[in-house]
Amino acid sequence: MTLSTLDLILPARLAGVSVDFQPGQVTAICGPNGAGKSSLLGCLAGLIPPGQGEVTLDQTPLSAFQPRTRAQAIGYLPQQGELAWDISVETLASLGRLPWNAGAQADANAVAAALDALDLEAFRQRPVSSLSGGERARALLARVLAGEPRWLLADEPLANLDLAHQLALLGQFRKLAASGVGVVLVLHDLAQAINHADRVVVLDAGQVAADGPPEQALAAAVIERVWKVSARWLGEPGQRALSI
Amino acid sequence: MTRPVALLLALIALAVPLSLLAGRVWFDPFSELSSNALIILTELRLPRAVLAVTLGAGLGAAGAAMQGYLRNPLADPGLFGIAPGAALGAVLSFWTGWASTAWVLPLFALAGAAGAMALLGLIAGRTGSVMLFTLAGMMIASLAGALMSLAISLSPTPFAMSEIVTWLMGALADRSWHEVWFAVPLTLLGISLLLLAGRALDALSLGEAAARSLGVDPARLQLLMIAGVGLTVGAGVAAAGIIGFVGLIVPHLLRRFTDRRPSSLILPSALAGALLLLVADSLCRVLPLASELRLGIALSLLGAPFFLGLLLQMRRGLA
Repeated sequence: MTLSTLDLILPARLAGVSVDFQPGQVTAICGPNGAGKSSLLGCLAGLIPPGQGEVTLDQTPLSAFQPRTRAQAIGYLPQQGELAWDISVETLASLGRLPWNAGAQADANAVAAALDALDLEAFRQRPVSSLSGGERARALLARVLAGEPRWLLADEPLANLDLAHQLALLGQFRKLAASGVGVVLVLHDLAQAINHADRVVVLDAGQVAADGPPEQALAAAVIERVWKVSARWLGEPGQRALSI
Repeated sequence: MTRPVALLLALIALAVPLSLLAGRVWFDPFSELSSNALIILTELRLPRAVLAVTLGAGLGAAGAAMQGYLRNPLADPGLFGIAPGAALGAVLSFWTGWASTAWVLPLFALAGAAGAMALLGLIAGRTGSVMLFTLAGMMIASLAGALMSLAISLSPTPFAMSEIVTWLMGALADRSWHEVWFAVPLTLLGISLLLLAGRALDALSLGEAAARSLGVDPARLQLLMIAGVGLTVGAGVAAAGIIGFVGLIVPHLLRRFTDRRPSSLILPSALAGALLLLVADSLCRVLPLASELRLGIALSLLGAPFFLGLLLQMRRGLA
């Protein structure tokens, strides 16, 4: 049960990235703009074919999977929560069942479980347009959870959310990891990464600049080298705040 | 079967017999039919009703699928350039001078539609990109439109020109079983392909990246869309000329009665399109005008104010 990249090269984006992701962990991918974070996530999700190198899922190259089999294993939450039609929360969640062919009962159970996990039971029939930003973000995540993926890849899931909703969503990711799902998040907020991730991968100019436990990978020296900002961490581990 | 589908089926079942009775000559269903009346019924009105139902269903389904594919409630099957391609083929058939021979015009129109489909597939290639595809469709539509104008302006005789222009306006008058034999199978095949694309269209509601992450193959979806829209619209133009607005209006009206997923809109739109075209064609036939109102014109007359109303409604929403 691993998701790995080996010497991943994507012209002008990634210059040789080798990382192994672990199930049951929240891994944060951090880095300055243009470092290749979203490209790496796109490669992991099988959306972007790498120029060279390989993404492997359980030792099998991702490109060897049927798209549907891959979709059953890997759930992807894009950065823009795009939704073309004003469907209900339940219908939105049911879209996550598309890769499966498990029958109506299994689909209904998975959708109900996803809505339950995100406290969206009361919103079932509500059209998505009537939701607040935080509720909408949860509903979009419910779509991914309904697909019962073993890996969850989310591209800046905290963008446009207020602090309380950010913490609530991070709590959901932690709960998912506790249930054995491998969670990989692209995060801009270094404080959220250092406090809530099990592991941080720092990308800089398409290469891995640091990789390890958050306190280590996001050490002040790394931040100075990669972000060109001198900063220091305040507070205790788990309650860090960045002082610039 | 959902409620809208059942209701629409019932309405069609009601409208077909009514449309057979209505026309220049009204039939009394309770008296015996003369042999002339029987001929009018079986050789004129029945094929016409079958064609109206078939083409309406094709246009409705194509419109629903197009709106789902382009994620835009204002999309219309005409956007792909297939209808102008088919019309160009038809116009060229007038040049041959054999357009009045039963099979020549439809064959040319179908060839035109196939040409537009092939061109679309070639330009968009295997990328499956929706934007590239839309731009290619618009380019083909304007190219086919320009070539069509050229062909008309160079037409050999004024008589041919008026014949072409009249034909382009779209009508079901004087159609026979000839048109039915090719339009029905092609349209049914097209609608089945569009229904096959339903799940992928649902996934596309979440954007292209999310759809692909859900296992959608964009190239396969694009192929289904080209073939499905091409067959329904191509067969429609070949049988009846250009009939607009059905593909735009019908899915728009029905969306609120479904759960708004593209896949659950295709079948109801097909049925409602069939009903709309059948009713509109019957009305064209019974209106007391010197010559019969062309169906294409009637629908545009109906469609434009509808579209305007839609815009005004949207404006109120924005204000």
